[in-house]
Amino acid sequence: MEHMSLSFPAPTASGDDASKARAAAVICGVVASGNLEVLVEAGDDPAFCDIVVNTSAEGFGDIWRAVLRDFAARHAVGGLTLSINDVGATPAVVSLRLDQAFESFRSAS
Amino acid sequence: MNSVSDTAIQRDRLGRKRAAALDRAAAVSPTRNVPPDRIVALLEAVIDAGDRLCIEGNNQKQADFLARALVQTDPQRVRGLHLVQSVLALPEHVDIIERGQVDRIDFSFSGPQAARLARLVESGQIAIGAIHTYLELFARYFVDLTPNVALIAAQAADREGNLYTGANTEDTPVIVEATAFKGGIVIAQVNEIVDKLPRVDIPADWINFHVLAPTPHYVEPLFTRDPAIITETQVLTAMIAIKGLYAEYGIRRLNHGIGFDTAAIELLLPTYGEELGLRGKICTHWALNPHPTLIPAIEAGWVESVHCFGSEVGMENYVAARPDIFFIGADGSMRSNRAMSQAAGHYACDLFIGSTLQIDLQGNSSTATKGRIAGFGGAPNMGADARGRRHASPTWLKAGAEGRAPGAMPRGQKLVVQTVETFREQMAPTFVEKLDAWDLAEASGMDLPPVMIYGDDLTHVITEEGIANLLLCRTPAEREQALRGVAGYTPVGLARDRQAVENLRDRGVIRRAEDLGIDKRRATRDLLAARNIKDLVHASDGLYDPPQKFRNW
Repeated sequence: MEHMSLSFPAPTASGDDASKARAAAVICGVVASGNLEVLVEAGDDPAFCDIVVNTSAEGFGDIWRAVLRDFAARHAVGGLTLSINDVGATPAVVSLRLDQAFESFRSAS
Repeated sequence: MNSVSDTAIQRDRLGRKRAAALDRAAAVSPTRNVPPDRIVALLEAVIDAGDRLCIEGNNQKQADFLARALVQTDPQRVRGLHLVQSVLALPEHVDIIERGQVDRIDFSFSGPQAARLARLVESGQIAIGAIHTYLELFARYFVDLTPNVALIAAQAADREGNLYTGANTEDTPVIVEATAFKGGIVIAQVNEIVDKLPRVDIPADWINFHVLAPTPHYVEPLFTRDPAIITETQVLTAMIAIKGLYAEYGIRRLNHGIGFDTAAIELLLPTYGEELGLRGKICTHWALNPHPTLIPAIEAGWVESVHCFGSEVGMENYVAARPDIFFIGADGSMRSNRAMSQAAGHYACDLFIGSTLQIDLQGNSSTATKGRIAGFGGAPNMGADARGRRHASPTWLKAGAEGRAPGAMPRGQKLVVQTVETFREQMAPTFVEKLDAWDLAEASGMDLPPVMIYGDDLTHVITEEGIANLLLCRTPAEREQALRGVAGYTPVGLARDRQAVENLRDRGVIRRAEDLGIDKRRATRDLLAARNIKDLVHASDGLYDPPQKFRNW
């Protein structure tokens, strides 16, 4: 098991999204499908997205950093904290799940 | 100067060789229906040392009984053989080499035996003439690699020796035609001997002997892809393919590879394709085996015609029930034909799309890896621009116009597409600086690195990161950045020039899912028209009868 705590500059999350995250931690996306789950909570700095990764695959820290840096730059996730539990998903799956998870988080009321 | 009689003898060299072999055979089996327990003796009687021998088999049906008989022949008598055949797939195909009975092989594909074959080559026990594509090897049967003896597989023989090869006709016609008309001997193993065949696929006078095999010939269900294993990444790339490629070029005539990536496309036609209003506009005519994953699209009215290289285990009844789509005989069963379908895939299709293990920075792709000599079967016949093509279609013209400088002679081009995930299992990157094919070529003393699809034939690459249109690249440097720009988080992808990639995206050379208006939230398995094998059975109204290994109910 590898554990990483990372932080990336990100566009600030919308007020709605920030209050949603403050109200309760949200597990989103496709938990049931097994190889990756994402938990969204409120963070501290509205200009940064904090991301905690727990992954079963060791030695891919550089790839995780690159995937998550691009994700944070692509979405308004500043001020949010994401926790990711991964059971060996490929970078393709991680990117897709994160995009899907954040989109469903945003559209949830 | 030769005397008249010397010349006459010279003129009928092959006829005398065949007559001598048949004389020896008559002592073993006086009738053309050979008793199964005499088959080893028959092979020893008809095969001369140094003969070119073809054991029929593809990645589908196999003349397995005859292959097992061959490895029981006396190595002192049956030796110095030159194998000229589509595949080395059965253990016996390699056993016969290990027994020292073979000097040389020319073939197309060796998937299951690839590692053993590599060891034999590296230790100098066998010489490879060349690893061909199917059409290329079939072509050489009629030039300089004509078999002296062919061992083939058929479903049934009648009392006269006519053969029914049925849905799995596959390579049989081309092998028999080359052998029978050039002084050779053809021996067929059959699953049954009947009074009346459903139809005659091969006439008796092209065959010398048939033998009732104790067990039916083996057939591999190679084209069955269980929808349950299709991933969401594959759904996403299938959405990108349908919207960014199929719709864009109006692709109607096509061939798909056998991977899960293209199975996902087949299963998205009745759902995502229907939503986009594409029925009747794309994917109407196919050179394709009867893929079970095409059933939902056929049933939804997408498909007008499918010609098959071979059949697929369990699809016989479904195919027979759709004579409006498949090529069906007067008896009601399909006839496949690998040579014809390969020609159709090469000349009459506007698109080939398949997958690969590695792509380099020039766009060359290969499934070859060190320690395995596998070959590529038919993929390169389909995955290559047909330089001899002269008929136009809107798809072909659009691709040709994109790939040519203004003012050049107008000409079309075939779309040749690789669809891949950027990483494979065990995080092996698909995009690489240098193909493993170079190492394999060096270790095995090959003339060329074994490339499946050459970069100059490749027109598009699709990954989860988007689609790269190589036709629109004007320089090798642009092409390299276009490939890096869809190579994801592989070392090749991470080394991209980010500004150059953004420029290519502005020009539409690279298009991401978001550029195509694809909502990634929809890239889930719910979008598949069938989510498991049982769904496919339902879609076929119970006509599809999947092999046991695909049933979990």
